[in-house]
Amino acid sequence: MSGKVLTITSGKGGVGKSTTTANLALGLALAGKKVVTIDLDIGLRNLDMILGLENRIVYDVVNVVEKVCKVKQALIKDKRVDNLFLIAAAQTRDKSAVKPEQILELSNELKKEFDYIILDSPAGIEGGFKNAMLPADEVIIVTTPEISAVRDADRVIGILEANEKKDMSLIINRINPVLVRKGDMMSKDDVLQVLSIPLIGVVPEDGNIVSYTNIGEPSILHPDSPSGKAYKNITQRILGKDVPFIEIVEKKKGIIETIINFFKE
Amino acid sequence: MFLDFFRRNKKSSAQKAKDRLQIILAHERVSNKAPFLDDLRKDLIQVVAKYVDIDPKEIDVSLQKDNSIEVLEINIPIK
Repeated sequence: MSGKVLTITSGKGGVGKSTTTANLALGLALAGKKVVTIDLDIGLRNLDMILGLENRIVYDVVNVVEKVCKVKQALIKDKRVDNLFLIAAAQTRDKSAVKPEQILELSNELKKEFDYIILDSPAGIEGGFKNAMLPADEVIIVTTPEISAVRDADRVIGILEANEKKDMSLIINRINPVLVRKGDMMSKDDVLQVLSIPLIGVVPEDGNIVSYTNIGEPSILHPDSPSGKAYKNITQRILGKDVPFIEIVEKKKGIIETIINFFKE
Repeated sequence: MFLDFFRRNKKSSAQKAKDRLQIILAHERVSNKAPFLDDLRKDLIQVVAKYVDIDPKEIDVSLQKDNSIEVLEINIPIK
């Protein structure tokens, strides 16, 4: 077997990289693929909590590259899906604890066992980002429709292009259709015109995500949620299926809600 | 709600965001691609100033893309 390395990155922090990583890893595993996801945000470990696996960590990625343990010992099995594993970030070290070549070597080893190796990049364009970039076969850039996130995404795209990473696609996260209609938020098309890389998904702003993260259950495990649906579609597109993009529209309001909102405004 | 109608003719903040991004990114993309431009500009000023009288502020060094050909454009007005 020769798996694919998929890196999730963004430049700016807080746009939803780890949430995206957790959902896509689960989504691909639910689709029957054998998946391992590695948290490369060393020192600021988070993917474990988003996946609800924080109590199972014994060894982490630094232990693996320093050969304190075998790769197998650091694989944390997901509680819900059989074929999903996590390698956690080290919490007591920093980004300089691993080098890009070590992550490349680890990824190459994991490729023999897994269909997908999903790397959760830390924010920024320094060492941690380089660790996640070197092994990548495909890169997914996550942004939100805000100027700072889009600007940072453009910078990351520039660096990836300079490093001959051509397989890039974009996820626009947290689109709020009400704000877009009012002209207070850039639309999907606005962002695409600025960044001009292929789109792989649009995720609507979803108030449920906070509570899903609270309990360590990513949206994709709640298939009726708006973000869960969006992540499922992205998963299908990663697998090469041609899934049409659903326009994100406002939820139809009932007459009573309309009246209440009228008075609120 | 109907007030939106009167607000229309003003540019929306989303449109302004997009305009600002397009301007700044066009600039940043060039300087990220050719980080040597600033140094080249400084060196040019030094060399050319030895021979002719120039105003350093007027020197324009830029990398242009014309279809598929990249052109290094240098403009040095002489005083």
